[in-house]
Amino acid sequence: MTSLIFDQSRTGRYAIAQVPKPLSEKVAIPAALLRIDEPLLPQVSELQVVRHFTNLSRKNFSIDTHFYPLGSCTMKYNPRIAHRLAFLEGFLQRHPLTLEINSQGFMACAYELQEILKTLSGMHSVSLTPMAGAQGEFAGVAMIRAYHQAREDKQRDEILVPDAAHGTNPATAIQCGFKVREIPTDGRGNVDLAALKAAVGPHTAGIMLTNPSTLGVFEEQIQEIATVVHQAGGLLYYDGANLNAILAKVRPGDMGFDVMHINLHKTFATPHGGGGPGGGPVAVSERLAPYLPIPMVKKVGEMFYWLTEEECPQTIGRLSAFMGNAGIILRAYMYARLLGREGMEAVAEFATLNANYLLAKLTKAGFTPAYASRRASHEFIITLKTEAKELHITALDVAKRLLDYGFHAPTMYFPLLVPECLLIEPTETEAKETIDAFADALVKIMHEAREEPALVKNAPHTLPVRRLDEVKAARELDLRAQE
Amino acid sequence: MTFIPHTSTEVTEMLDTIGVATIEALFDEIPANLRIRTHLQIPPALTEMELTRFMKKRAQQDEGQLCFIGSGAYEHHIPAVVWDIASRGEFLTSYTPYQAEASQGNLQLLYEYQTMMASLMALDVSNASLYEGATALAEAILMAVRVNKQSKTSHILLPQSVHPFYRQVVKTIVSQQQIKISEIAFNKVTGQIDRDALKQFSAEDITALVVPQPNFFGVLEDVDILTNWAHAKTAVVIGVVNPLAMALLKPPGQWGAQGADIACGEGQPLGIPLASGGPYYGFLCCKKMYMRQLPGRIVGRTVDQSGKEGFVLTLQAREQHIRRAKATSNICTNQGLMVTASTIYMSLLGPRGLRKVALACHQNLLSLQKKLATVSGIKPLFTQPAFHEMVIHLSQPVDMVLQQLAQLKIQAGFNVSRAYPNLSNGLLLCVTETKTEEEIDFFVARLAEVLSTCKPALVK
Repeated sequence: MTSLIFDQSRTGRYAIAQVPKPLSEKVAIPAALLRIDEPLLPQVSELQVVRHFTNLSRKNFSIDTHFYPLGSCTMKYNPRIAHRLAFLEGFLQRHPLTLEINSQGFMACAYELQEILKTLSGMHSVSLTPMAGAQGEFAGVAMIRAYHQAREDKQRDEILVPDAAHGTNPATAIQCGFKVREIPTDGRGNVDLAALKAAVGPHTAGIMLTNPSTLGVFEEQIQEIATVVHQAGGLLYYDGANLNAILAKVRPGDMGFDVMHINLHKTFATPHGGGGPGGGPVAVSERLAPYLPIPMVKKVGEMFYWLTEEECPQTIGRLSAFMGNAGIILRAYMYARLLGREGMEAVAEFATLNANYLLAKLTKAGFTPAYASRRASHEFIITLKTEAKELHITALDVAKRLLDYGFHAPTMYFPLLVPECLLIEPTETEAKETIDAFADALVKIMHEAREEPALVKNAPHTLPVRRLDEVKAARELDLRAQE
Repeated sequence: MTFIPHTSTEVTEMLDTIGVATIEALFDEIPANLRIRTHLQIPPALTEMELTRFMKKRAQQDEGQLCFIGSGAYEHHIPAVVWDIASRGEFLTSYTPYQAEASQGNLQLLYEYQTMMASLMALDVSNASLYEGATALAEAILMAVRVNKQSKTSHILLPQSVHPFYRQVVKTIVSQQQIKISEIAFNKVTGQIDRDALKQFSAEDITALVVPQPNFFGVLEDVDILTNWAHAKTAVVIGVVNPLAMALLKPPGQWGAQGADIACGEGQPLGIPLASGGPYYGFLCCKKMYMRQLPGRIVGRTVDQSGKEGFVLTLQAREQHIRRAKATSNICTNQGLMVTASTIYMSLLGPRGLRKVALACHQNLLSLQKKLATVSGIKPLFTQPAFHEMVIHLSQPVDMVLQQLAQLKIQAGFNVSRAYPNLSNGLLLCVTETKTEEEIDFFVARLAEVLSTCKPALVK
């Protein structure tokens, strides 16, 4: 049995140093509103807490401990100084509703990040409030909806997405009350332009695209796509998940996009934290600026002020009780200040260099790129469909065996278009020898697949658990410990 | 360049392997006219030392405030252990558990969190968190619409005693779908949901009733009566609650005869610093029969190939990466790091420690109420019992009072007329266990001085 923290509970045990000393049991609350029972929380000592969670942490792979080439997630180094300085008392103890006059330090950082993101995106205005990429997408699509409604163009009820799109794209479109229409991808990994032309019309509210696409290649005909969609009266949404590939090289605003989100937990190296928090600021062209979510920061002279509903009457509204993930905004700002212009300009260069280098090594070693005639962007896909047929191993098997070699696996089975695929993104903060070691590991695993297939098919062997039964987990739901 | 390890020798070797002469050549598929040719307007790089000096100056501008603001974000003591451990690289820089075997630390922690939060709410199931409290309420409402098969409308009753910013967020999110929100007035004397206003909907088909506890004004609602009323009408009950308060107050699962159906709210009071407004996390719990409609990630316990216990993400068929357009929500991330901190916090405090924190907050409010009663120019606005916040009516304009006190580094509270225009001169204050008697006395004395000496002509 795993030792849950509850297994270590003993009635009456608690961390006395952490508990305040109330004056008495006196309450001015009717008995009917008081809790009588005790919730199932651990009753343990402080040392037990420290030991339990420290040991749990040691069961995780992380950027700090392992190469983590998870495609589309941009697992680059999370600068420790950003985390430490976000904890400075002035930022950490500040209540979000503190008066503006006592919030100038934080607001200055937020304002300057808005400006930096404007520069990098080539857009007119920025709102930092969306708390993740998916929320940024929601804001973007909601703004597209508001734009068409303001023009009283009530026919536009469809959002186009490529069939290779990330799942959040169609999910977001539905959440905003739109229908979704998928556009196929051609053999080169680009959106099928002919199919797009056939799909647009008076019902088109907009299209959601990533560039480079989820297939890891640059959307070569992006300017034509923009023309087609704009001419039909629709708008273009840019999913910033792959911004790391083109940061400071191309600006989405210049490509014809009207609105975009940026993933701060990808491109701006804010800590992934085991699955969050993220940050998904949105940037828009001038015609969508009135609809941006509030609050934003404005600068007048040397002072900073909040922009709220009063100043932005057409805003789509508030996306969180306060201003989103303020601490993530601070960390992203600090990342931008640490890198500066030179550092920002180097990100895409070295992310692309690392990806193309790894692609070249793997191709030479006999692996099959999904788009052999294309350059890798900051990531690329290899397909194991031949190996799967010949050796009866799957991309999943290879991913699990990589864990034994001390590497976090790449993204598997996404995008769905490419069978038995691994989407590999090294990022710019990885050294050549790490990439070499990863390539060597893949080669070794293929060798094992031929000579000792059980090693691969039953991997992982060296982790805290063997391969887990996900089917059982869904059929026999055990979602919490019982009393 | 910052954080880039490549030497020029390595770059040459790598370019050679690829078969190009320059890094620039790798961008040759991008149309030339799209390329940025000028340098961007971004300041030059700072060293870590320079950044530290710079950020300290910025932080110093905002520090040293004595805070009596609550209104949805609360100052509590956070034990050193919490962030020391949550800041470990293995927690801080890990990611979504796509490879469950390599994420057992995070997955087990989330399972333990789900247990603690569900139990705190006295409900069956919890998810692994959402972004924050207001969006959690929006998701709860969307969920109620999905699960209430007996209701033909998508009509939600949302009391005005619910946090005004939460109501704004709900509007932003659900207005994109065909859902009707009716706001219910609050009673001007008690500060609670006005039951007469509620009765107007007695004959209508209502999908869900949202019940706050405590409400935005700090006042305690009659949760049993409200829950029973809603259930008699086959409406779903959504409790939006302060999770710390649930260690002291009756939790949603125990409301009325059948218990609330869904509980949600802001997890920040449990070990998350104020941090200028975020990141926080939202919690969402429900009765067993609704669990397949929960949005967000959920962790389940299972076994591995050798029969050993382990943890995985489960019920993924609800989520966007499987169902895409048919997902219960578009949410992808959760607030992993915040949940990690909160789980450590709840483990340290335990049920009795958490109750004592809640009790200490409440008793500090009683002490503050007693002291404020001696100050002329101050009147409590509502009569009903409260948890740790109260609204007072001031004899002077609230904004002016706030500005004067801010000069003394006191953040006195929230001007409620900003959200409730009829409550002019109303100030919402909060006092937690972090305030000493001396600090409360200091605050009351300064407040009294400002009220007696300032003149309306000084208002901006």
